[in-house]
Amino acid sequence: MLRRDPLMGATAPAFATDGLANGLDHDAARKRARDRRRILVQVLRIALAVFIVGTWELTTRLGCTGPDSGTCVVDPFFFGRPSGIWAQLVIWVEKGTAQGPLWEQIAVTLEETVLGFAIGVILGIVFGVVLGRNRLLSDVAGPYIKAMNAMPRVVLGSIFTIALGLEMPSKIALAVVLVFFVVFFNAFQGVREVDRDLLANARILGASQGQLSRHVILPSALSWILASLHTSFGFALVGAIVGEYLGARKGIGLMIATAQGTFNANGVFAAMLILAIVAILAEALVTRLESLLIKWRPNAITDVTI
Amino acid sequence: MSGATAGAAIELRAVTKRFVSPSGRSFTAIHDLDLVIAPGEFTAVVGPTGCGKSTTLALISGLEAPSAGTVAVFGEPVVAVGRDVGYVFQRDAVFPWKSVLDNVAIGPRFRGMGTGEANADARKWIARVGLEGFERYYPHQLSGGMRKRVALAQTLINHPKILLMDEPFSALDVMTRALMENELLDLWASTASSVVFVTHDLEEAIGLADRVVVITAGPGTVKGTYRVDLPRPRNIAEIRFQPRFVELYEEIWKDLRDEVLVSYERTKTRVAS
Repeated sequence: MLRRDPLMGATAPAFATDGLANGLDHDAARKRARDRRRILVQVLRIALAVFIVGTWELTTRLGCTGPDSGTCVVDPFFFGRPSGIWAQLVIWVEKGTAQGPLWEQIAVTLEETVLGFAIGVILGIVFGVVLGRNRLLSDVAGPYIKAMNAMPRVVLGSIFTIALGLEMPSKIALAVVLVFFVVFFNAFQGVREVDRDLLANARILGASQGQLSRHVILPSALSWILASLHTSFGFALVGAIVGEYLGARKGIGLMIATAQGTFNANGVFAAMLILAIVAILAEALVTRLESLLIKWRPNAITDVTI
Repeated sequence: MSGATAGAAIELRAVTKRFVSPSGRSFTAIHDLDLVIAPGEFTAVVGPTGCGKSTTLALISGLEAPSAGTVAVFGEPVVAVGRDVGYVFQRDAVFPWKSVLDNVAIGPRFRGMGTGEANADARKWIARVGLEGFERYYPHQLSGGMRKRVALAQTLINHPKILLMDEPFSALDVMTRALMENELLDLWASTASSVVFVTHDLEEAIGLADRVVVITAGPGTVKGTYRVDLPRPRNIAEIRFQPRFVELYEEIWKDLRDEVLVSYERTKTRVAS
């Protein structure tokens, strides 16, 4: 989002009249060119999707003879087929999945993700800020945190499944562990990177230690923390799915595991599609949250689009 | 206080400040520095880059403690950040996440004033530095000169008896700078604060100050002090054409030039080695 600079706006009346008319012409032409480009991009995007899905569908249908799918150019038994994925989605929506209605599975996975995300973020911020402000604590805890971070933490999923059972807590715990470190390191770094002049200025202006944290350190670290939220929501989703995959009674991860168990490639792809949509929606929510919290900055760190 | 100069606003006696780098090497920023500043006096401190000018301000403000010697403000030894001190930094030190109003009101609020009262006070100061109508803007929406005005209002709202300024206008363009210097003099005339203004620009120093103190190339110590007997009120943009200004400039520059050369030679050998 590009906000119009109110200071720049004030200079507009300074244009001579004919110059202004010319400028309007220019503006209109530039707007047309921009619109044309936007349409071109959209058309090309759709064409790319049609090409990929079409090729997939076509290659899994070409050369198929008889009941043996192995003769097809690409074997739909292993790689699925877009029309088959669609059919699978329709079945799930209309008749439900093997472990209950589709919406329930999505709701369960989302609940695990959101809870794991929230708990992980809060713990990450608290630990990040405390260790960031206390050099002794961070020196003592540093090596352990590094060691824990170096470990591939999804293996903890097995422990959690054993300890916390097949219900939600084990999935939430795995999501928390995955989210925590991302947020923790960003919060820690954010606190450490606080501008020394800003700190000195606040102290001169009369800030107490608590006021320093509230008015300088937290707002300054906030941009780092928010940058981590994009990645960490993805991690929360991974935690929930892997947790369900390892053992659960409900959830999208279980749907994938079930589809895998029955050699249903279309089922795996259909579940992936659902996950992708959930992740994209969540990403949009996080971006909204970010622009609400950081309205003082023209563009946030994560404002990188392709 | 033993040995204190009666009635001095700021007094540094035989002050030395050493810093220890992370690699364990010690570096002396200022050495055996004596400086006494009277209440209401505008003192400019000039010296080559790296002579410990900023360190001197940090010591007076209480942000740093001296390694040896004593620092006293109004006869009291400085042990922590004092309430009577205002500090305008070289770089932008306004809070980017606060609007102009919140930036200016934050000092009184830190010191326990209610938000409503602090905001009313802040509006007065925002008007006084010429930023009326910009209360809701964020610093990134303002020009460099306007941000400096915010910083000035933010500092002056606390009514500091001692105003420390660390090359506050060095990042501004020449025109804005002359404007800001005049406004600083106006604002200062309406207060009774002592100002310590650090700069490496001799013209700025003579134009603004009652007294110019020349600091030697690091480790910094006082090389000479000069009284600036130019009449007030002054116009910074024109004062430099007065014959007395030129005389003073030549006189002080003779002192300063040697130090600048020493400092320059040092950087050269450092680069060469």
